[in-house]
Amino acid sequence: MKILIVEDEERLLEAISASLLKEHFVIESAGDYQTASEKIAVYDYDCILLDIMLPGGSGLQLLAELKRTHKSENVIIISAKDSLDDKLAGLELGADDYLTKPFHLAELNARVKAVLRRKKLDGKNSIETANILLDLNERRLSVSGEIVALNRKEFDVLNYFLLNMNRLVTKSSLAEHVWGDHIDQADNLDFIYYQIKNLRRKLQSANAAIEIESIYGIGYKMVEK
Amino acid sequence: MKLLNKSLKSLSFSILIIVTAWSVVFYINMLDEIHDSIDDGLENYKVLIIQKANTDSTLLKKKDFDESNYAIQEISKTSALARKDRYSDTLMYMQDEDDLEPVRMLTTAFEHQGHFYELKIINSMVEEDDLIEDLFWSVFWLYLILVVSIIIINNFVLRQLWEPFYNFLGQVTKFRLGSSKALPDIVTDVREFNLLKSAVNTLLQHSLETYAHQKEFIENAAHELQTPLAIATNKLELLLEKGDMEPAQAENIGEVLQIIERLVRLNKSLLLLTKIENKQFFDKQRISLNEVIKQSLEDLEEFAAFKNIEIRVYEQAELTVEMDPTLANIVVSNLVRNAIFHNIPEGEVYIDIEMDALTISNTGKKEPLEIDKIFKRFYKSTDKTGGTGLGLAIMKAICNLYGFKVSYRYLDEKHRFEIRSNNLNKNGF
Repeated sequence: MKILIVEDEERLLEAISASLLKEHFVIESAGDYQTASEKIAVYDYDCILLDIMLPGGSGLQLLAELKRTHKSENVIIISAKDSLDDKLAGLELGADDYLTKPFHLAELNARVKAVLRRKKLDGKNSIETANILLDLNERRLSVSGEIVALNRKEFDVLNYFLLNMNRLVTKSSLAEHVWGDHIDQADNLDFIYYQIKNLRRKLQSANAAIEIESIYGIGYKMVEK
Repeated sequence: MKLLNKSLKSLSFSILIIVTAWSVVFYINMLDEIHDSIDDGLENYKVLIIQKANTDSTLLKKKDFDESNYAIQEISKTSALARKDRYSDTLMYMQDEDDLEPVRMLTTAFEHQGHFYELKIINSMVEEDDLIEDLFWSVFWLYLILVVSIIIINNFVLRQLWEPFYNFLGQVTKFRLGSSKALPDIVTDVREFNLLKSAVNTLLQHSLETYAHQKEFIENAAHELQTPLAIATNKLELLLEKGDMEPAQAENIGEVLQIIERLVRLNKSLLLLTKIENKQFFDKQRISLNEVIKQSLEDLEEFAAFKNIEIRVYEQAELTVEMDPTLANIVVSNLVRNAIFHNIPEGEVYIDIEMDALTISNTGKKEPLEIDKIFKRFYKSTDKTGGTGLGLAIMKAICNLYGFKVSYRYLDEKHRFEIRSNNLNKNGF
């Protein structure tokens, strides 16, 4: 899987590449409009992360170019501008997703994987790891073929963990992904702990071959047993 | 005190002084003129009587005034020679008035065939007290007429003259930075008013520019912060992921990460607030707040369950508004979230939905919040929460944008927030 990162801020580019390299993707990068334009013209990418404000031009222009060649559907816009106009313009031009800076690496990871999965389009929309199968269409979890009942949020939590297998998922990243922007209160860190405890219990009693590890009290990591 | 009344006050006071002074001078002059004219008459009379005495000596026997207005008395030569014409004011009994009345008397002396006589001629005089009284009333009426005329002039003429001023003043009063489009205008050829207009408009223009710069600055600053914050967050996440740290070090980094996240939230909230105030939300849809509330409660149900908070919703009507869906969601979720997070364990939340009002009340701290501060930016009731202190300010800004009324009350040990608008149902904007 080949991914192009178009981002002029070098350090951010570094961090994003480092994170995506852990997922064993092939990463290419472009720091300005010109380089990006050339790369897009020559190569095909499975996913393009596109910053809007670039030296030498606008990311939206690149997107328009991509749209002309029918390659815009695997673009994720990453912008510091959380403006509705930009968002609409980007999605209008066929971008798949819009992510506002700053974002959690786990969130970016999840979005990239969602784009790649949609691109594969092999009919089945599910995640399989060890003895578990998460059916995203039916929103159903089965462990060794046995269906395990999960409520809506537990399903979302598990899905997020599976998209970030073996990766650190911070509590706030998890809360933001599953519960939206309701995170800005102090007592929700205990709340997350409580939710994870429930999910762990369910996975354990279903004999799932995966588990959720705590990482330094700041977050969690899902690993195979 | 109104300018009209103030000018009336000083005008009537000065007119009173002028009119009084004038009437004193007038009185003295008039009296003088009367004396002059009576004295001339007496003089003339004197000449006539002396001439008549030459032909008719019976005249000389007339010792009392009786029916006529003169009296003659013989006197010695020495006293006659010492005598000069003397005019004097005196009182004399008048039959018709049955009272002593003021008269003007000329006392003189003349010689007739070697005899000397004293002649006294009188003429009735104006009564000074009557004159003063008459004059007083004339002056009083004059004064009254003057004041009444000034009031009328003030009310009709001056009011008309000042009308552009009051109009302008009304526009300036209503002028709001950021929401008023046109600068206050004045249509007049009065130089002072035009000067006032240009002075006020220069000032407003300056304020508008400062206001725009400030908004732009907040927006740009917040935008510019996003990328460094993104780098910091992502680098720390990668560092933590490496997993080769001592737990204590990792915890420290975790704390730093949380602080950065707080910065991110603060930054996002400031951006949102700026956007609301810049009216950068134009998506207007018909939204059922009942639905938004249901959605919000669903999002927050685990939080409520975690704190064992009971939420009761009373849907008395369908509350529909025309507004941006994102903003509608922010208003509702901010209120619901506050009601849950600032609650006590095992607490209660009541949500009342009416045709034109949404009320959310909750148990919580057993004392009212500071009503004049809660909607201000960075207000926090307790410092233990990691909140930005912008939630209610954002909600208020959104409500202001759509003309909804927000109020807070502490009633029956419950914190009660109400959003109300008369046109909540018709057209939100």
